[in-house]
Amino acid sequence: MLIEASELSKIYRSRDGEPIHALHDIRFSIKDGEFVTIVGTSGCGKSTLLKILTGTLSKTTGSITLQDQQIVGPSRDLGIVFQAPVLLPWRTILENVLLPIELQGQNFVEYKERANELLKLVGLEGFEDKYPGELSGGMQQRVGICRALVHDPSLLLMDEPFGALDAMTREQMNLELLRIWRAHRKTVMLVTHSIPEAVFLADRVFVMSPRPGRIVEIIDVNLPRPRTLKMINSTDFGSYVEKIRVHFDSLGGID
Amino acid sequence: MPNSNIEAKKVLKAKPKLSAKEFVRERPEVPMAIGLLVVFLSGWELIVHIFDVPIIMVPAPSDIYYSLADNLTSISFLYHFWVTFSEVVAGFILGASVGLLLGGFIGEFRLLEKTVYPYIVALQTVPKVAVAPIIVIWFGFGITSKIVIAAMIAFFPVLANTIVGLHAAPADQLELLRAYTATRWQIFFKLKIPQALPYIFVGLNVAIVLAVIGAIVGEFVGAQAGLGYLIMQRNFSMDMAGTFAILVVLSAMGFSLHAIIQRAQKIIVFWMESEDDNTTGA
Repeated sequence: MLIEASELSKIYRSRDGEPIHALHDIRFSIKDGEFVTIVGTSGCGKSTLLKILTGTLSKTTGSITLQDQQIVGPSRDLGIVFQAPVLLPWRTILENVLLPIELQGQNFVEYKERANELLKLVGLEGFEDKYPGELSGGMQQRVGICRALVHDPSLLLMDEPFGALDAMTREQMNLELLRIWRAHRKTVMLVTHSIPEAVFLADRVFVMSPRPGRIVEIIDVNLPRPRTLKMINSTDFGSYVEKIRVHFDSLGGID
Repeated sequence: MPNSNIEAKKVLKAKPKLSAKEFVRERPEVPMAIGLLVVFLSGWELIVHIFDVPIIMVPAPSDIYYSLADNLTSISFLYHFWVTFSEVVAGFILGASVGLLLGGFIGEFRLLEKTVYPYIVALQTVPKVAVAPIIVIWFGFGITSKIVIAAMIAFFPVLANTIVGLHAAPADQLELLRAYTATRWQIFFKLKIPQALPYIFVGLNVAIVLAVIGAIVGEFVGAQAGLGYLIMQRNFSMDMAGTFAILVVLSAMGFSLHAIIQRAQKIIVFWMESEDDNTTGA
């Protein structure tokens, strides 16, 4: 198992001292190479869960391990993509992609080739020396994905990575992400607001619900791979979407 | 789709050559501003001549011009200019360096911001012009006291803006670097400093103008050379045209130094579209 969580919880204190159960009794395990998506309404704790996984937020109780090691801080074996591309505007595209290498004090030159290959894989060949301000939003997000993969981590965490993109670009990026995933066989955990996106990408969908933030159902998606956009119109696909949507209808909808 | 985006930006950047007519249509403010200056100066000239205003009260622009022309060819004037110029530049560099260094520490260490910074702010309420005589006593009538006074005035805007700038790094960028295992120093040098640069330049732009004021104030209090010293001398001898000529030179000096810093800003903070000259405080 790559990731294992058991009885994981996170409690915040609100301003008036009231405890808020952002995460309550979270249990799951994720195999190497699996593609897991997490859906839930806002406030269901999905971002909190991701932050605990990145090691930038500490848990309150329970256990969460990455490769059998308790997560106590940021790990080098991790790639992260946020909703916004979060590129540093004073660095070229190549320098942005190589940021994790630089921060981890690894050999820059050695990884330059890999960075170029990744950029080629996402269709950004020739943009290495451009600055982020010269790229469109979708292109910037692709750069962010390259940056998350450049140090060859075993786990890729994505927090609503395509939420800021228009529908057309979003579909393209979904296909591209699956292509990259096939090529590199990373374990992926992706948080999304879109139920169809969650089904389309995943081996398993974690459905989360708020107050307290918990996993209410884990759904195995047995659609064949490679996935195609045509599958979205299939009845199988529809029934998966329906199965997830039921949770949110009773909770007052997804935002 | 993405490519067209880039093309569009390139087109915006390339400035096509305009004919005189097109230029006036595109940027009518340029001929208007020049026209305004011409009207102002000729009005001044006319009033002085019509009402026969004595030159020791208000010199005509032409008088100032002749005085200026004389000055700029005189070795002794150039010497005074050089003295003041050196004081301004040295004071600016000293003040800005102290401001940057101190700002770096205060901006990075919360404890310092809570303990040291309030005292520095409190000291700012003391008018530095009033402190100038003390500085002259301590550092003498030479160039050193003027450098110190200029530095004292120039330092605070750099300090304050450095501190603000170091806090300007967006939360998502901070989290990104942390998640990628950045150390505190990596975050400081690779993220916070670059993010602070636009703010630091705001401080530098104010500081350079303040440094000119500082040097002149120092020379007023007590000096052996410099343009401020020369203003006092000419005032005593009722050389009003000469005094005005120095004012012209001083403002040209401040303007040029300011322009140099803005140029540096455009080159160093290349990723920001600079909002032209919105610095205030001088």
